Amino acid sequence: MKAYAKAGAGRLLDLGLLPLALVVLFVGLALTEPRFLGPQNLINVLRGGALLMIVACGQMLVLIVRGMDLSVGSTMALTSVVSALVMAHLAPGSGPGVAITAGIAAGLAVGVVVGLCNGIAVAVFGITPFMVTLAMASIVGGVALSLTNGIPIYGLPEAFVAGLGRTLWLGMPPTVWAAAIVVLLVWIVQKYTALGTRIYAVGGSPQASRVSGIDVRFHLVLAYVGCALAASLASLLLTAQIGSGQGSVGDTLALQSIGAAVIAGVSLHGGVGRVQWVALGSLFLLLLNNAMDLLRVDSKAQAIVMGLLIVLVVALDEFKKRRKIDGH
Amino acid sequence: MMAATEAGAPVQPDIAARAATAPHVPRIQLQGIVKTFPGVRALDGVDLEIAAGEVHVLFGENGAGKSTIINIIAGVLRPDGGSYAYEGKAVSGLTPHQARELGISAVFQEFSLVPELTVEQNIFLGREPVRAGFIDRRRMREKSLEVLARLGFKLEPQARIGRLSRAQQQMVEIAKAVLSNAKVLILDEPTASLTDAESERLFELVGELRQTGVSIIYVSHRMREISRIADRITVLRDGRRIATVHNHEVTDAQLIELMTGRKIDILFPPVSHKPGAVMLRTQGLTLAGGAVIDASIEVAGGEIVGIAGLAGCGKSELVRAVFGLEPITDGRVELQGSALTSLSPSAALRAGICYFPSDRATEGLALGRPIRENASMAALDQATLARRGVLNKRGERSVITSVLERLKLRPLHIERQVGNLSGGNRQKVLLARGLSRPLKVYLFDEPTVGIDVGAKFEVYDAIKAIVEEGNAVVLVSSELPEIMGLSNRIYVMHAGRVVAQLPGKGVAEADILAHFFPHEPVSVDQGGTA
Repeated sequence: MKAYAKAGAGRLLDLGLLPLALVVLFVGLALTEPRFLGPQNLINVLRGGALLMIVACGQMLVLIVRGMDLSVGSTMALTSVVSALVMAHLAPGSGPGVAITAGIAAGLAVGVVVGLCNGIAVAVFGITPFMVTLAMASIVGGVALSLTNGIPIYGLPEAFVAGLGRTLWLGMPPTVWAAAIVVLLVWIVQKYTALGTRIYAVGGSPQASRVSGIDVRFHLVLAYVGCALAASLASLLLTAQIGSGQGSVGDTLALQSIGAAVIAGVSLHGGVGRVQWVALGSLFLLLLNNAMDLLRVDSKAQAIVMGLLIVLVVALDEFKKRRKIDGH
Repeated sequence: MMAATEAGAPVQPDIAARAATAPHVPRIQLQGIVKTFPGVRALDGVDLEIAAGEVHVLFGENGAGKSTIINIIAGVLRPDGGSYAYEGKAVSGLTPHQARELGISAVFQEFSLVPELTVEQNIFLGREPVRAGFIDRRRMREKSLEVLARLGFKLEPQARIGRLSRAQQQMVEIAKAVLSNAKVLILDEPTASLTDAESERLFELVGELRQTGVSIIYVSHRMREISRIADRITVLRDGRRIATVHNHEVTDAQLIELMTGRKIDILFPPVSHKPGAVMLRTQGLTLAGGAVIDASIEVAGGEIVGIAGLAGCGKSELVRAVFGLEPITDGRVELQGSALTSLSPSAALRAGICYFPSDRATEGLALGRPIRENASMAALDQATLARRGVLNKRGERSVITSVLERLKLRPLHIERQVGNLSGGNRQKVLLARGLSRPLKVYLFDEPTVGIDVGAKFEVYDAIKAIVEEGNAVVLVSSELPEIMGLSNRIYVMHAGRVVAQLPGKGVAEADILAHFFPHEPVSVDQGGTA
């Protein structure tokens, strides 16, 4: 009897708490703050949530394979700068179509390159993910700043800014559709493909995976590339929203994306994490931000609250793990 | 990638001639295999030949090299020397993946299962059935149900591995190996956590597989199993092959003699036990996870008390609990007649109890730090080493040097990094830690695992010196000769309980072994249960 009750409480903690918190936050805001339900505010929350969701999906992949990516913010910055430079350079001569295609390709290429560097450093050279991606954040961020000298890059094709950043498709910003597609894709991979199973396996037990004939290094590199690509995609969407390339975008995204993933039950010990929960976790964080904005909580205090929340959730994850070990 | 050849491929005549027992080329042929780990020569020129359709048992003590051999066959370890041929073709640089492609499938003792995945996901890990890019989940379910039914294992395909018992995990591990239609199936102590009925089903299956031409390499030291299923038996000792014999040609007693090989008292120094007052006593000790149940033992000053039993019987957990490393739910620990109020490593050390872990690399030593620091680590509250938190470097050096001199550390450089030392020298550093402060009770957990014969003798000498100074010593070991050669009294544990207490002198190995498997037929019975 006692064991059942315990398992029940554990499961509530595992799954039920996040949707519950989300609903409580939503209803509470709707009742106390009339501006919250305004269509512009809701779209803003969704757009911000979608952006975080894309980055957090990538972050989740890396966390599942026992890593982390602290360089997602810098990757976003460099992507924004490089794609804007390419577009601004090509737009006058080659027309918007070529410029936009080349700009997007260049931005995604930034993601692939950063992801490959991260993945190879971790998988082949065996450097700890913390050190690799922290150093990478410094390198990539430095490159982005030196390309711009801190000055925003204007002159993006109008079709890119208006058509991608400041429009609604079927009543929703394109960013929200993009996030939906990313989440759906990752969900299919996780649930229905051998690749998804193997990524879980590599994170759950690298040794067992190796003995089972799985190429552990390949899957590690793949996870880092996927993560950086997601960051680049988010950055392209954000660049379109802002209307200029900036070397300062995404600076809070490393902590936020890890936070969204961990709140959603992705374990820092690897092997555990489902994309649908990460989507909810991202929404929750954005809603919390929005609530604090509407309540005029100082932005410095917001940063403190965010940090505290993430430490609390990670502590809970550790606690759960310890209880599991003791329970056997 | 190497393709497996058919038996009809051209064969060198001398190989065919040597394979007298097999009609064709041996499926696996190892010649002169050498494997060295830092400080230990695990395999020293081992020859092994596995024929098609035979059950080949590898038999030997802990550290004899059995698991190193199977890891080399399965591609997990690379040999440092010697040749490896599979169906007549030389194999080099084998990876686990390639080994599986060749048809070599292994069930290891440390499971190759992912705890976060389900039974069926684990069974199919690395070779998931795919249709149009997606996992064919219906086929996966059907085939895993089929293989589980064939094996007679009652398991849910969708159960998560992390929630299963060790025995159930063992079943998944076997199912995974059987599913792959292997030509060579390696089973490493597969029955260690199975019930008799499940083991019986496994033996039948091994017989069926042999009929279909599968070669089975079976690692075990359970005599009953070996005589039940083996065709041939290869005995290993200290990294060397001692003999390969046919099952019907050899008796159990001969096998044990081949395995141990030496007169026990040659290797062990004569210890004069002078048991005095009871120093350490546990009463009804029970651990939270059930690893130890209602264990009561007594150890007097001036005697070595051995605790024997199979891996996982709780012997290690018992001494760990005394040192405060395992949470206890019931029972108590007494030191010199008074109960210890709190069980923690620091309290135990202050009371005079010291524990020497078996896993020296992770639990015992800071590998990146010098010998001196590792040896003095537990004694920094002693006045000779530090006063008010400030180290007395000269005192530290002289104390540690004199202790290690006694332990015959060679070379006697106390500033060397522990990570560069051999297994034997690492153990001496750990011993030095215990000897650098006055203690009354010494708990040794597998003190000679992974160290070579010469260093073993010096470790035994150190233990002898400790006990002859009137201290109490508990010796937990999976090496029976060690227990028999050193102990004044012997406790045997099984499934968490202390099941027998035997005298150390004049007891036969078979008498002790009989208590390892209480549910198996016991021919000899001597000495009452505690």
